[in-house]
Parts: sequence; structure tokens; C-alpha cells
Amino acid sequence: MNDTEAVKAIKGGEFLIRETPAESVFIPEEWNEEQLMIAETCTNFLAQHVTPNLARIDEQEEGLMPHLMDEAGALGLLSISIPEEYGGFGKDFKTSMLVTEKLGAGHSFSVAFSAHTGIGTLPILYYGTDEQKAKYIPKLASGEWKGAYCLTEPSSGSDANSGKARAKLTDDGKHYILNGQKMWITNAGFADIFTVFAKIDNDENLSAFIVEKTFEGITLNPEEHKMGIKGSSTRQVFFNDCKVPVENLLSERQNGFKIAVNILNLGRIKLGGGTIGASKEVISTAINYANEREQFGRPISKYGAIRYKIAEQAIKTYASESAAYRASENMEEATAHLIETGMDPIKAKLKGTEQYAIEAAIIKVNASETLNYVVDEGVQIYGGMGYSAEAPMDRSYRDSRINRIFEGTNEINRMLTVDMMLKRAMKGELDLMGPAQKVAGELMSIPDFGGSEEETLFSKEKKYIAGFKKAVLMVAGSAVQKLMQQLGKEQEVLMNLADMLIELYVAESTQLRVEKLVGMRGEEACKEQLDIMRVYVNDAAEKIFKSGKEAINSFADGDERRMMMMGLKRFTKTEDFNTTQARRNIAAKLIEENKYCF
Amino acid sequence: MKKISLSVRNDNNYTSNMKILVCISQVPDTSTKIMLKDNDTAVNTQGTTYIINPYDEWYALIRALELKENGVATDVHLITVGKADTEPVIRKALALGGDEAVRIDADSVDPYQTANYIADYAKTVGYDLVLCGKESIDYNNGSVGVMIAELLDADYIGFATNIQVEGTTATVKREIEGGEETDLVNFPVVIACQKGVAEARIPNMRGIMAARTKPLNVVTPTASAAVTAILSYEMPPAKAGVKMVSPDNMDELVELLHSEAKVI
Repeated sequence: MNDTEAVKAIKGGEFLIRETPAESVFIPEEWNEEQLMIAETCTNFLAQHVTPNLARIDEQEEGLMPHLMDEAGALGLLSISIPEEYGGFGKDFKTSMLVTEKLGAGHSFSVAFSAHTGIGTLPILYYGTDEQKAKYIPKLASGEWKGAYCLTEPSSGSDANSGKARAKLTDDGKHYILNGQKMWITNAGFADIFTVFAKIDNDENLSAFIVEKTFEGITLNPEEHKMGIKGSSTRQVFFNDCKVPVENLLSERQNGFKIAVNILNLGRIKLGGGTIGASKEVISTAINYANEREQFGRPISKYGAIRYKIAEQAIKTYASESAAYRASENMEEATAHLIETGMDPIKAKLKGTEQYAIEAAIIKVNASETLNYVVDEGVQIYGGMGYSAEAPMDRSYRDSRINRIFEGTNEINRMLTVDMMLKRAMKGELDLMGPAQKVAGELMSIPDFGGSEEETLFSKEKKYIAGFKKAVLMVAGSAVQKLMQQLGKEQEVLMNLADMLIELYVAESTQLRVEKLVGMRGEEACKEQLDIMRVYVNDAAEKIFKSGKEAINSFADGDERRMMMMGLKRFTKTEDFNTTQARRNIAAKLIEENKYCF
Repeated sequence: MKKISLSVRNDNNYTSNMKILVCISQVPDTSTKIMLKDNDTAVNTQGTTYIINPYDEWYALIRALELKENGVATDVHLITVGKADTEPVIRKALALGGDEAVRIDADSVDPYQTANYIADYAKTVGYDLVLCGKESIDYNNGSVGVMIAELLDADYIGFATNIQVEGTTATVKREIEGGEETDLVNFPVVIACQKGVAEARIPNMRGIMAARTKPLNVVTPTASAAVTAILSYEMPPAKAGVKMVSPDNMDELVELLHSEAKVI
């Protein structure tokens, strides 16, 4: 690949219009020895310090969570990707994703960890001045200080920029006086440092401030009573004439919303990583139970109905994981490329991440919904015991639910996925028009009956995925044309388009991962992975068809509708495939290994 | 509880720089399903994941590191016998700590050969204390440590549960049948460790990153032959189901223990 092509290969959102070569994606089977050691440290940390204490954590035993954070800090887990100059280990983004994934099985601890290392630390690291970074980052990196992030307010959630918190400069120009009420603040109970968003005077946009707990005028409400993640400290934080030194304004005035959005891009893919780790853990627990629990004289893992669930849990998790690490690598490559062009490393990191904001939103939605499926069927596999608060599925089920809500609800993220894609097209960054017109032209032409191409191990799936892209381009292109400015208000259509994009991206990521893996290990060693890919791509076709159909029927009629429906059928057509047998094969392997093993 | 003090050897050649050698064995992860191959004459290691033998890691290595941290020992060296594929495991041990590691580049056949390789190397450096686990969890021979001691003409203490070092002597508690024994021993000594000697640790990020740059010296094995050969392996019989006997029916229980379980 020459340089121009390399640059082209790293653009976010381009998966819709370009083919990605399998060798260019990162797959989790490529972790190096050091990364595997770090992962093992995380797993051991959970096994020794967190898992045996889950009940105590959920009861919010005084001092326990900060103590666990200190323990994690002592192992270096709070500073994986903090630059070495600030006391961190300067590891790449993928490694920090891996740590997030592994600690993702830690229930409330994982929420405290993610909030501290993500939204609690990164705004200062990415937007702070040298002085601010030198003062705060080393202590956040070691865990001596714990971080929290105050954006949401009682009346300002998804609409973050509408917050009522205000900051006013004192007459002597030395302080901002901060007033406001912040809600759902993770780690509030023990945080030392708060990144607080508020508007200065009557500004249109938010600004961000670094607020120390010791500043005057901060009070906390009692802990919220939550459905799940009960061990995570979540409180309201009140700022009553809180005096913040002017040097604690983070970045420039009115730059707060941008900070919030950019930090969320990272937070979203990280949330995806955490939920993948939780999914794997729940699957292992469920398989182990299915192998032990006997009914009608046999372990329930021998029954097809249970095997289906186990296979499906693993298929979805494998697929989500394929997408998450593909995008992580892309973000890293984009960042590295920007650094090469002379950009400041931290700016490059933000820019590189932003380039893959579409993928980050996709992964947030997909991986959190995968975990929801996994825990739901986890409860079901446990049967009556699944409903018992004495058994592990109860906690997993309740703790999973928040992931579809925080870091931007899945609905907001779905809308963002489509919105960002279309905005990039409008700005000319992403050429959707050309390919969309080509697909429109194809609708008029004679369908491809196949048969001419050479059959290879992946030719079918590659063809299906190429069809999915056409389906998305056709429906999205037509929706834009028909609905024009109204599209933003047609949220149902936006949801349909987002679902199509998500299925496309995840299906393609899975196919690319398995193709690369077969290249590394050979076909024989990847039988189950091939089955996972085939089932996933097959099901993706159905889902894309259903979403496409709903969208088309909502905005098109007459001949146009008929023609688009014919196109949609053609673009999502798959050959008959025995998914039952494939799921049986996948489940058999999982049951034999007695754990998630892909 | 019995308490025995052994006589102290006087023929040690202790130096003020206390050097510890920790023997590290690579063993299959405990969750590995063991499969046989070649007509049950070999273990099929395909797809096996390996770990550091827990007795070597949790007790021997960690106690050695504690002795260095407390300023008692000056050098902690790790040694393993194995081909290049054992390096990830020895680097994992280095991530926990230790100054350097040695890999004797050989596939050892039996404990005697392993002990010879290690003893031959140990002689070239001169260690005051050699620590190993009480056994490896794969072959469970529990004999490498004692053989090393014999080959080095050093004392040996097995089943240690506590090791304290002062000057040129170690006070070692060891488990014995029904109780505990406390030994006083002079260097050089080989001690095989078990639970109680130290607490397991988790490698931290600093250790993991340092492991990459610590010396891992590959040493050509000396000409040491094995004295045993494994003829064949046999899988344990599949676990039979549990038979429930009513507490009112002791006669049936006695009969089953006699005729089926054949234990009475």
C-alpha cells in the first residue's frame, strides 16, 4: 500500500462504500505477550479483589470502592494509557481497551474504574494546560485522587448543552463562582476532582472547569437507589457559590460541549469494550451452570433449546468484539498518521478518535445490546435460579441495563450514527452520492444471477456484505432525497438506517476477523469461527431486510416502493444455510470447553 | 506439635552477597483437558495454555522477592528447563520480579535430568539458597528439589511453610505428619515451598513492562542423561455417578462399601 492509499484506508465511516482487506484489520487473536500478561493481571485482580466482594461492594460498604481503586492504582491499571511523563505507562489505545474489556466483568467496580480513567481523567489530560496536567494527572493516574465528571443535570440529559449550571467571574477576576445542580454523577461519593460543565454568564455554549472537592460550596445528596450497579457511587452534586480559581477553567471558554462530545467518543468505544468483557464472563457462568444442572436425567446443556442460547450469546459477543477492536486499531492508526504529519500527540489522539466517532457509536449500541441479550438468556439458562438474588445472574441482569442508557442513550447514538454519516457526505468528506447513484442505476439493470465468480471460503459472505452496503446506500439515499430536511424528525427512519449500518459494520468486521484468523491458523482450526461468521452474516441479512423494509414503507409508495423493495430483496438475498447445525457446532465447542472460548 | 532442631552444617562457603535461585516450571493451566497421543505414550499439548507452576510462583518466587525487598538477599535469579516455547512463562515470572532468568535449552525427560541441568548451572554461579515449589502440578514427582540438593551437596528441606533468614542461616518451618517441625539450617540449602511461605501476588504494570528488558540467558544444557523413561500414560477412569443411600439403611451402605467401592 502506498501512502495515499494508507491515508484513504483510515477514514471513518468509509466501511459503507469501500472494501476493507482482511489483513488490515486488527483481531484479538493478535494480542502480544505483554498485552496478554496485562489482561491476566486484570483477570486476577477481579478474581482476588472484586468478585469475592461483589455483595459488599453493592452494599456500598464504607471505603471499600476507593480501596479497590487504590489497589487497581497500585497495580498500574489506572494509568495504562497515561503518558509516561505524567506517571503512566503510555500504552496504546488497544491495550487500554483490553484492560477495560477484562475489568468489564467487574460489575460496579468496572463502572467506577471506567468513570475514573475515562471521563474523570481524560478531559484534563486532553484539554488541560501543562500546569493543570502536571498538577492533576499524576495523582489521578496513581489513584491517589479519584475523578468524576459532572455534565448531566435534572433537566439536561441527552440535550447536554441545555444545562442550567452557571459560572460568573468575580470582580477581581481571580475566581469563577459556580452554581448548579448535577445529577447521576458516578464516583461522586469519593471523588476528589470533578470536571464540571457550566455556562459562563449568558454564553451559548458550555465551558468546563476542574473543581477540587476541597473548594468551598460543594455538597452531595445521598446515594441514589438504582436498579443495578448498586455498588457504584451515584449522587447529585450541588455547587453553591463554589469558588473556582480562574486557572482551573479547562480549555477555552465555551469549549465545554466539544470536550464533552470528544470524550464521549472515547467513552463509547470503551463502554463497548467493557460490555464485551461482561458478556464473556456471563456466558462462561451460564455454560458452567448448563453443564452442571441436570433435568430429565441429563445436563441441560445437552438440550437444543439451551444450546441455541449459548451459541447465540457467543456469536453476538464474538461479532461485537470483532467490530470493537477493528475500530480501536483504526483510531490508533489514524492518530499515528496525524502525529506523523506533525500534529501534537494529544490533539492527534482526539482527532483520530473523532474520525471513528461513527464506529464508536455503532460499537456502543451493538455491544451494550449484545450484553443485554447475553444476560437475559443467562437468566433463562439458569431457569428458576436465574430469578434468585442468591445466584449470579440477578446482578448481571440488573447491572447490564444501564449500558444502553449512559454515554449517550442508544437512541441518541443511533441518530448520531446516521447524522454523522450524512454530515460527512454533505461536507464532501465521504463520497456517498457516487455509490448511491450507482446503486440506483443497478436497480434498473438486470440482476446478477451469480455463478460467474470463483467460489472461495469467503466469497459468499463477501458478496452478501457487498449487497448489504448497497441496501443501506439505496435506502439512505432515497430517504435523504424524499425526506430532505424532514429526515432529522423522522426518528423511526433514522433508527432503521442506524440498525442497517450497525448490522453491516458488525457483520463485515466478523467476516474480516475470521478471514484473517483462517489465514493465521488454517481452516481446520477455525471451524467454529467460520460457523459464527456464517450465522451472523445470514442473520444480518434478515435484520437489514426488515429495517430496510420498514423504512421504505414509511416514505415511499407506488412503483418506487415496489422497485426499492425488489432491490432490497436482491441486496439482502442469501442462499439457504442450516443455521441450526452451525449453532449446534458452536455450542458443542463452548460446552466442551465449559467457558467462552473464542 | 513436635519441634526438632537439626544440627547445623559447618562446611558452607557463604559470602556476604546472598544469591537466591528460584526454579520455575512450566505446567499446563489447571483447566486444560489432558489428551494423549501416539498410542498413549505422549501428552497431546496442542492448544494447551501454560502457567507457572503455582508452588514455584506463589511461594518460592514471592518469598525470594520478599527476601530481596527486605534487604536480605542481593540477587534473585530464575531458572527453567525447557525449549524456547517456555519463554512466555519465564517472562511472566520475571514480571513478578527477579533480576534475571536462565533457560536451560533442553527438553528434560525426568526429574533427575532436570535436577542435573539446574545443579550444573547453579554450581557455575554459587547460590546460597535455592527455592522451588514442593512439586509441579503436572507430573507431581516432587523430587527435583531434593535431587538438586544432593547434586550440590547442600541441605534440603521439603514442605516448607515459613522461611526466615538471618545471616548465613535459615529458620524453616515445615509440615510433617500431624504437626510442624522447625529446622535451623546453614547455607547452601535447597528449600521446597508450599502454602504459608508467602502470599500470591499479581504482576503489576511496572513489572510487566520491566520483564521485557530483564536478561533472559539461554544456556546450552550439560550432558546429563535421564534415568527413567515414560512407557505409557493412562487416563483416570471417568467419574462415576454418586449413589445415594438412605440414612436408615446402614446395612446397604456397608455392603456397597465392601462389594462395590471395595474400601472395607
